[in-house]
Amino acid sequence: MNAAIDFASIILGGLAAGTVLFIVSVGLSVTMGLMGFVNLAHGAFAMFGGYIIVLAMNRAHFGFAAALALGFAGTAALSVILEQSLYRRLYRAGELDQVLLTIGLILIFMATLTILVGPQSQPLQLPPELGGQINLGFMQYRTYSIFLIAVGLLIVVAIWLAFERTRIGAQIRATVDNRRMAESLGINVDRLFTITFAFGSGMAALGGGLGAEFLGLDPQYALKYLVYFLIAVSVGGLGSVVGVYYASLLLGTLDFVLKLYLPKGGTIFIYVLTILVLLWRPRGLFGRKSA
Amino acid sequence: MNSKAASVESTPAAGRLDQEAARALIRRHHLRWWEALPWLAAAAFYFAFPDYLGFGTTLMITILFALSLDLALGYAGIITLGHAAFFGAGAYTVGLLAFHNIWTEPITSLVLAALAGAAIGLASGLVLLRTQGLTLLMLTLCTMALLQEAANMAHDYTGGFDGLPSLDIAPVFGRFEFNPLYPDTQYLYTLAILFVCFVFIRTLVYSPFGQSLTGIRENLLRMHAVGAPVRRRLVVCYTLSAAIAGIAGGLWAQTNAYVNLSALDLDRAATVLIILILGGYGRLYGAFAGAVVYLTLEHFLARFYPTAWQLGLGLLLVLVALYARNGILGLGEVVWRRFRPRRAT
Repeated sequence: MNAAIDFASIILGGLAAGTVLFIVSVGLSVTMGLMGFVNLAHGAFAMFGGYIIVLAMNRAHFGFAAALALGFAGTAALSVILEQSLYRRLYRAGELDQVLLTIGLILIFMATLTILVGPQSQPLQLPPELGGQINLGFMQYRTYSIFLIAVGLLIVVAIWLAFERTRIGAQIRATVDNRRMAESLGINVDRLFTITFAFGSGMAALGGGLGAEFLGLDPQYALKYLVYFLIAVSVGGLGSVVGVYYASLLLGTLDFVLKLYLPKGGTIFIYVLTILVLLWRPRGLFGRKSA
Repeated sequence: MNSKAASVESTPAAGRLDQEAARALIRRHHLRWWEALPWLAAAAFYFAFPDYLGFGTTLMITILFALSLDLALGYAGIITLGHAAFFGAGAYTVGLLAFHNIWTEPITSLVLAALAGAAIGLASGLVLLRTQGLTLLMLTLCTMALLQEAANMAHDYTGGFDGLPSLDIAPVFGRFEFNPLYPDTQYLYTLAILFVCFVFIRTLVYSPFGQSLTGIRENLLRMHAVGAPVRRRLVVCYTLSAAIAGIAGGLWAQTNAYVNLSALDLDRAATVLIILILGGYGRLYGAFAGAVVYLTLEHFLARFYPTAWQLGLGLLLVLVALYARNGILGLGEVVWRRFRPRRAT
């Protein structure tokens, strides 16, 4: 019985970590699928949003929900400004220039936050109603982890519905499948991209704030977890929300389990698995584009 | 493009060598007078700045590493974020052999480092080079991370996170010792290796093989259509590039007398990418320009103002990505073209 409870608590912890990974990565997947833009700075948006959220709570005494909303809005607004002024010029450039631009942005974000806020890690104070333990019937578990998993499920269902049932969702799917054809049909791809970019960056901000409790939040964040975001997106499949959800949960759980049982070098299995999946399906598990 | 080719074919003088275009093609691999400058500068540096020879050695190793990346990325258009994998393979080859007292002779060690880099380049290239774009980027990145984790896990042999300190390297030719306080030998030895590798790379990129690499980068579909063995060329190029990166890593281990996990770091791979693009890729001397500018700035700024350096570098990268896609040398070329007196025809 104890073994089963241990197992369940490990899985729940992994799912919570995976959920955060999903919330951060989903925007990256959709924008990369839409435009093929290699946006390495996505993690920097998550970091920026996380800082807004944590600082709003710690210094301006915002409530948790209000801080999350502020982080979402602030990061989305910033991302639109950057998209209009910088990203837009490089849509048709090679991946190399895009990599260069976004690495530059990461460095700017890191340096700016170090100067403005300081190099130390920013702690997230959870509201008391999320801080304790919850009774799941068969075991006690951290309320916050359960809250995260529930939020993740809500988000994936909401985004899936938006993708499958709304007009803008249909336009996004059409553009991911075939951008030229979508443009010929009169879909304003540029505007569509701005909207999804803002939304995706806002989601990254939420992920940065929600995950700050156990991922930490310091100026190195944007680089430290970049590989994980990229793995989630490329394994899940560009432009696929459900794919990124599964890939993130898998990655989060695997990472959690490996860190527990194989603290030294356990991540090697994650890289091996990623390489194998990408060789087997270069477009990711649920990639939409076939060519 | 097409119309130009057609008009050349229709002129009867197409076969003659006295045409402007034909002469440019024939002369393109000839040595230019300014190509001696980097080597003269390196020799002058040796006499002018005896206190900075350690920095000069690091600079030349970085140039060699950037050159190897230029071969894969600049010429063949293989977009990789994991080139430190080969640098690390070379460094650990030299490090492991020296630390466990198996083999310490420097030049043959470098050959082994090149072979180690080439072996990993060939093995990964055979599998990875079928993919493109983000997938290729991720696969190269994961290969490098995989090697780094493996080096971390094999703690008993590689020293794990702490690495292998104080390597004992035999004197070059049995006579010239590596002295950590007076790095004269390191400097001249690195300069000689860099020169040999550069001559090899320069010959390679102007050979028909090098031309076909450029063709693959510029138009993959057409190269397939004319029947070029695209995959094989890419794998060979990747392997050669990996071998040279292995030499750079081996040199790094020998001249510093230590190896650690930073040899396989994403940071190292990203830095060499930045250096190459900053200098200008696909043009041989971009690696020189980029490494000199980047390392000099880093050497004098990063130590005193690390955050300002980070911010400045970020801004610089954004500006280069937006306005100077061909790097410093590209900018120089634009300026040169504008002010150069027109040549009489």
